[in-house]
Amino acid sequence: MKKIDRRFFLKAMGVTAASLAVGTSKTTAGDPAHEVGDLPELKGILFDATKCKGCYGCEYDCAWEHELTEPDVIDEDERRKTDHTRRTVVNKYNTSKGEVFVKTQCMNCNDPACGAACLTQAMHKTKEGSVIWRDEKCMGCRYCMVSCPFDMPKFEYHSTNPKIEKCDMCYHLQQQGEMPACAYNCPNGALYFGTRRELIFEANKRIAENPELYYPHIYGEHEAGGSSWMYISPVPFEELGFNTKIQNKSYPSLTKGFISSIAPVDILLPAALLGIYEATKKPKSGTHEKEELS
Amino acid sequence: MNKAAPQPLYLDNHENNTFKFILNELKPKGKIFTPFNIISIPVIITGLIIMYIRFTQGIGSVTNLSQEVPWGLWIGFDVVTGVAFAGGAYVLVFMVYILNLEKYRPIVRVTVLNGFLAYLFYSAALLLDLGRPLSIINVIIGNGFGVSSVLFLVGWHFLLYMLALLLEFSPAIAEWLNARKARKFLSGLTLAAVIFGITLSALHQSGVGALFLMAKDKIHPLWYNAYMPLMFVVSSVFGGISMVILEGSISSKVFDYQLDKDHHKQHNSILHGLSKVCAVGMFVYFFMQILIFVHQQNMPYLFSPMGLWFMFEMLGFVLLPMLLFFQSYRTHNIGMIKVASVLTLLGIVLNRMNISIIAFQYDSVVRYVPTWQEFVVTLTIIFIEIWVLRWIITRMPILRKSPDWVNNNH
Repeated sequence: MKKIDRRFFLKAMGVTAASLAVGTSKTTAGDPAHEVGDLPELKGILFDATKCKGCYGCEYDCAWEHELTEPDVIDEDERRKTDHTRRTVVNKYNTSKGEVFVKTQCMNCNDPACGAACLTQAMHKTKEGSVIWRDEKCMGCRYCMVSCPFDMPKFEYHSTNPKIEKCDMCYHLQQQGEMPACAYNCPNGALYFGTRRELIFEANKRIAENPELYYPHIYGEHEAGGSSWMYISPVPFEELGFNTKIQNKSYPSLTKGFISSIAPVDILLPAALLGIYEATKKPKSGTHEKEELS
Repeated sequence: MNKAAPQPLYLDNHENNTFKFILNELKPKGKIFTPFNIISIPVIITGLIIMYIRFTQGIGSVTNLSQEVPWGLWIGFDVVTGVAFAGGAYVLVFMVYILNLEKYRPIVRVTVLNGFLAYLFYSAALLLDLGRPLSIINVIIGNGFGVSSVLFLVGWHFLLYMLALLLEFSPAIAEWLNARKARKFLSGLTLAAVIFGITLSALHQSGVGALFLMAKDKIHPLWYNAYMPLMFVVSSVFGGISMVILEGSISSKVFDYQLDKDHHKQHNSILHGLSKVCAVGMFVYFFMQILIFVHQQNMPYLFSPMGLWFMFEMLGFVLLPMLLFFQSYRTHNIGMIKVASVLTLLGIVLNRMNISIIAFQYDSVVRYVPTWQEFVVTLTIIFIEIWVLRWIITRMPILRKSPDWVNNNH
């Protein structure tokens, strides 16, 4: 289970160290109002579906790391989804190129819909790249779940103090300079942790070097405005159950027009109403006027 | 209901013991065993038990909500539909206080009261649906101001609008308590409350529509469009007015003893005017729906099951009541106005439920169907609201005329 390919391990550690060095120098200048740092320097994970052998190790690693229940005996033919007890699942798909395994979890979007939806900023895109959920702020309204195009935030419906469960790329580990548990432990090198710049470069390189092996698309490079998790696969992504209707613009951009129209309306409409009131008011003596208003 | 209730007592000038007066007013007036009470009391008791279970065992123990459908009946009906139904309050104060249409003044107070209670109780429904109701204080104390969140703006506008409605209504409370100075002060605030109330309404009514903008891939394209905020405001105008028509017709029967003789003639003339407002509002709405339909090239969806359902909503509950409103305006047919307003209200329910529940996750395998507990809790909230409304109307000068000192004491 815990067998780690030494070469991959060293490589990954090198990438982490390098990306940390780059990351810290780049993101310190971020202003607090917009904490998200330079997009190419956000941390992310590349999932290579040609390398995943379906060992389900990442599901166990994730459960241990986040103190969730370990998966039961996994039925390979069952199509499973993440829920409040598991932040990630691996599913097997029978495709035109044979069996392909795909890991599913929150995409950690660059401009997350959940973050724009959250009215207490409990859902928060950190400058490192993780979209985290903050326990002390959440009021359990589930608007993040309504908004997320990937349906990833999961809610504990049977708790009196419910939490939202979703992948945050092991933010607590990243803060200690470590890698997310799944990427660290993947024995097949299917998970590649680094900055988005490195991931896109690496993904393009793999596709270019092996054009007959890969379908030429990086899912997550542009979908929903881009995300920290990205995928490359041997087959078109529809065959792997991906939502390919996802727009390339970020989802919060759908509400920006409305949000920015609020302040002008709040200022201009009262003035207009007062104007109409003055224009339509019937001439009356001062004392009567007040009585008219009630 | 309380037809046999005695005329309520005023706090007279000599009596200064307000506390004693309120204590006396808290006692029930009228018969206990009315048909409404016999139906509503068991429902309310069941509802309260379900709420207790919800707070001790989690939302999932009484609802059918799932990870894919996180908002169900309590949000879709109680909040999203309820807000549209309460829209009459801002439309009517606009007509009376801003446009100075004196004809509609007799129904302003009861409409504002209805609006206020609706908001109060729908907020209660919202609290039931929150996973952590107490944490709602975070939005107010600023434990994270999510200024880019539509829900944040809706929440704040909602809250401030409730205050505006309370201010608009407060002169009636002052008249009930015989507080003359307070009444003078509070009625001086009415215009400001009206102006900000209308502004806040326009924004939160549209905001409720804007809540669903990010659910672009989840809502069926026949219902999803970028103009949902605008559509929600326009439909709240005729939805709210239809509620005023229906509610006014019921309460003028139930609280008949509070009304003077020329009320009925006056009331018919008011309904007649309101039917025109509805007809024009619905025409605008229907026309916009057609524009959106053509613009989004929705024709291919029309003859699918969802398309037929869409036509059912648009033709049966927008076009038909619109025509009825136009016809009843021309023929002075009051009965037809009431039928049209009921159809319109059903149309609003259909539209809001379609967007928030029925056409939401329309291609998902497992469909959300509310549990009976969800229905009972919804009914409980409505029944308690009616109880409070009845309590206020039998005590305060809402339908009947204000006490004499209001007009004599300049």
